[in-house]
Amino acid sequence: MADTDREDEELFTEPSGTQSQPASLSTEDVSANTNGPNQDALFDDDPEDLFAEATEEVSLDSPERDILLSDGPSPAITPITPPTSVIAPRIGHTHDDMFTHSSFDEIEEEEVDDSFDINISVSDPEKVGDGMNAYMAYKVTTKTSMSLFKQREFSVKRRFSDFLGLHSKLASKYLHVGYIVPPAPEKSIVGMTKVKVGKEDQSSNEFVEKRRSALERYLMRTVKHHILLKDPDVLQFLESSELPRAVSTQALSSAGLLRMVNKAADAVNKMTIKMNESDAWFEEKQQHFESLDVQLRKLHISVESLVCHRKELSVNTAQFAKSAAMLGNSEDHTALSRALSQLAEVEEKMDQLHQDQANADFYLFSELLGDYVRLLAAVKGVFDHRIKTWQKWQDSQILLQKKREAEAKLQFTNKSDKLQQAKDEIKDEIEEMEGRVQQDERDFEQISRTIRKEVGRFEKERVKDFKTSIIKYLESLVLTQQQLIKYWEAFLPEAKAIS
Amino acid sequence: MVYVGPAVILGVLWTCPPSHPSPTYGIKGYKTDNVNSRALIGQKKCFSRPRAVNVDLQTDATLQVDISDALSERDKVKFTVHTKSSLPNFKLNEFSVVRQHEEFIWLHDSFVENEEYAGYIIPPAPPRPDFDASREKLQKLGEGEGSMTKEEFTKMKQELEAEYLAIFKKTVAMHEVFLCRVAAHPVLRKDLNFHVFLEYNQDLSVRGKNKKEKLEDFFKNVVKSADGVLVAGVKDVDDFFEHEKTFLLEYHNRVKDASAKSDRMIRSHKNAADDINRIASSLYTLGTQDTTELCKFFLKVSELFEKTRKVESRVAADEDLKLSDLLKYYLRESQAAKDLLYRRSRSLVDYENANKALDKARSKNRDVLQAETSQQICCHKFEKISESAKQELIDFKTRRVAAFRKNLVELAELELKHAKGNLQLLQSCLGFMKTNT
Repeated sequence: MADTDREDEELFTEPSGTQSQPASLSTEDVSANTNGPNQDALFDDDPEDLFAEATEEVSLDSPERDILLSDGPSPAITPITPPTSVIAPRIGHTHDDMFTHSSFDEIEEEEVDDSFDINISVSDPEKVGDGMNAYMAYKVTTKTSMSLFKQREFSVKRRFSDFLGLHSKLASKYLHVGYIVPPAPEKSIVGMTKVKVGKEDQSSNEFVEKRRSALERYLMRTVKHHILLKDPDVLQFLESSELPRAVSTQALSSAGLLRMVNKAADAVNKMTIKMNESDAWFEEKQQHFESLDVQLRKLHISVESLVCHRKELSVNTAQFAKSAAMLGNSEDHTALSRALSQLAEVEEKMDQLHQDQANADFYLFSELLGDYVRLLAAVKGVFDHRIKTWQKWQDSQILLQKKREAEAKLQFTNKSDKLQQAKDEIKDEIEEMEGRVQQDERDFEQISRTIRKEVGRFEKERVKDFKTSIIKYLESLVLTQQQLIKYWEAFLPEAKAIS
Repeated sequence: MVYVGPAVILGVLWTCPPSHPSPTYGIKGYKTDNVNSRALIGQKKCFSRPRAVNVDLQTDATLQVDISDALSERDKVKFTVHTKSSLPNFKLNEFSVVRQHEEFIWLHDSFVENEEYAGYIIPPAPPRPDFDASREKLQKLGEGEGSMTKEEFTKMKQELEAEYLAIFKKTVAMHEVFLCRVAAHPVLRKDLNFHVFLEYNQDLSVRGKNKKEKLEDFFKNVVKSADGVLVAGVKDVDDFFEHEKTFLLEYHNRVKDASAKSDRMIRSHKNAADDINRIASSLYTLGTQDTTELCKFFLKVSELFEKTRKVESRVAADEDLKLSDLLKYYLRESQAAKDLLYRRSRSLVDYENANKALDKARSKNRDVLQAETSQQICCHKFEKISESAKQELIDFKTRRVAAFRKNLVELAELELKHAKGNLQLLQSCLGFMKTNT
């Protein structure tokens, strides 16, 4: 059992590894130093050992480890080439380069065999600390039978910035190669300040609940992606009890500012790049997603309005109930008085019903739409990256062309002394450029392939998501109507009893 | 551009030769027929009028009044008042006239100002037809026509027209209820002004009150309410009236509150139904544009929401009719009852003052006869009012209980009907969707 587990668990690769890995990172060294002696302990089913791991995890914060897990401050700085070398050792010993076509298919086969059985829940929001340094800690519980994980059920405590940190890491690794990384829930300074300040009122409770639900959905979406699920950052997030604090996610940090600058630069670039689309599929899909975005936004606004009005209805019904009760009290005809009090009771129950329905409206319908609006932004980002990759390829082609022209020019100079040296230099440069051009072309093709697959996966997910959510929503409506019928049926004889 | 509302029916004007009603009224006992006067002259059915408030009318064949037609014009509504009567003082047995809202008010005010009727609950005047809100919405819709699709525009226009029609029906019903109440009242139905109102087929030339008169009214009201406070402080010897006074005061206030809250609740309900309408449209667009199997799904849900939204709108409308209108009506009626009690208390105070004056005159032995007559008059007036007031208040209670019962039962039945309808729609859609996934 230990051996097969080890093959799948990239984090704890066998120190006596026979594989040849790119030299830049010595994962095996790290694991050898810190994990080797205690590996047996890790495969114990004793939950206590979660904490035994912890000691290892802490020591994993060695510099090499950091490079492995977090790719620097800002995801948007440059397309990072390290992924090829960073990821390769994790997937398995047999794969040299994750992004070669063959290995990709093998990974997919793996996915099909290993049935997707994982359920993550986010619960028990707890306020930790006081004043402006306070934060909410959420319990993240994973239940799974997948061999990817060491245990079947385990939980950790995480705070909101941890989630943001996870997303930023995943985005920096995968977005620019074409994977649709689910976006993390949005920050809310107003909401959090209320919580920090310690207001224990309805609106801050609602805010915490909204956030908890959003975090849960975010994690589930992330793990549903078969590539992301296997990412060590994700695994570490779910399993390890201590996580290095993700400070680069703060809006006003230097990393945050850098991000904003890069976003602006990107926006400008987008407007100036004109791509010759050779593949109509991409254009079609982009248009499709664009119109979907518009429609979903419109629908989202209407649903939000419905939620608002239903909450209003609930409040007004409660007020009317009180008023009807008062009226019943002052009515001096006994039977009518009783009937009016009953009416007041019915209306009170309706108030609660409306409140519940408004919540269902929100969590099952409105939040689904909001999530998809944000997801579509990620999809758009992926398409944009493809254009950038294409642009890079074009640029290197132009550069190559220039170098070739320079070489040709050299042929016609008369300066003989430096000529040979210059010729050699140019030849080397051209060779290098040719290599680059080839690589860029491969990258472009790769990202195009990846996007095709991703879009297919995304659409399948979308269909499933919408169907499940909307069916659940309709079921909530059914429940409301059934309750309504119950209440009014109870009231009718009372009304008839007035004489 | 002011949108002119849909003309429901063109009124048919009856041109009876001018008649002068003779002042001989037949005093007949009336049968208790419980016939809701609803005659339609044989033309196309105008609309099914929602019986907003059933006041348990005990009309009989001797006098039946209803509003058979109505025409909505730019800023006024013309009601066709149709009368069927076997009373001898009318020239014909069946006739119609066209009346406007101001003429109803004139009639009501003439009752209020008539000393003879001090001892009766004067049926409350119908509220002024108010289409301003609806017209504004229609106008806004017209202005915003460019910003929405053709289907959306037609849909919204239909809705607003339906709303306009609903308000229209309501105002007709309220005017009708007023007339029926008068016709059902044993004393008021004999009123000369009432007969003129019913029969005189020319314009009554009743102009609305001008500024001066409105100001006079305002002052009168101020004086009256101040007086009312003074008079209310007078403790009544009669337990019945004392109880009624306390009861009515409290009841009136609570009905006012309940009526306002019920209006707010129903408005929220309407807003939610409107949202569902928009959601249905959006889902429809999504369904037609989607490339995955979701398109069928969206279209089905859109269809479902279209239907449920119609049900929800009807729920709001029915609640409005059975609950809101009921409360509003009894707000006005309880005010009329309060007014009656005020008049009675006023006459009691006058009576007591006359007594004191008489004693004073007797002690000084001056103007005794004058004081005696005046005291007699006051006494007589007071007793007359008291007697009829007692009966009126008892009738009021009976009417109220009956009206509430009817409306609450109907409300519950309608809520059930709609909820069951909704449930069926939802369940059939769910069934379809679950089998097709």
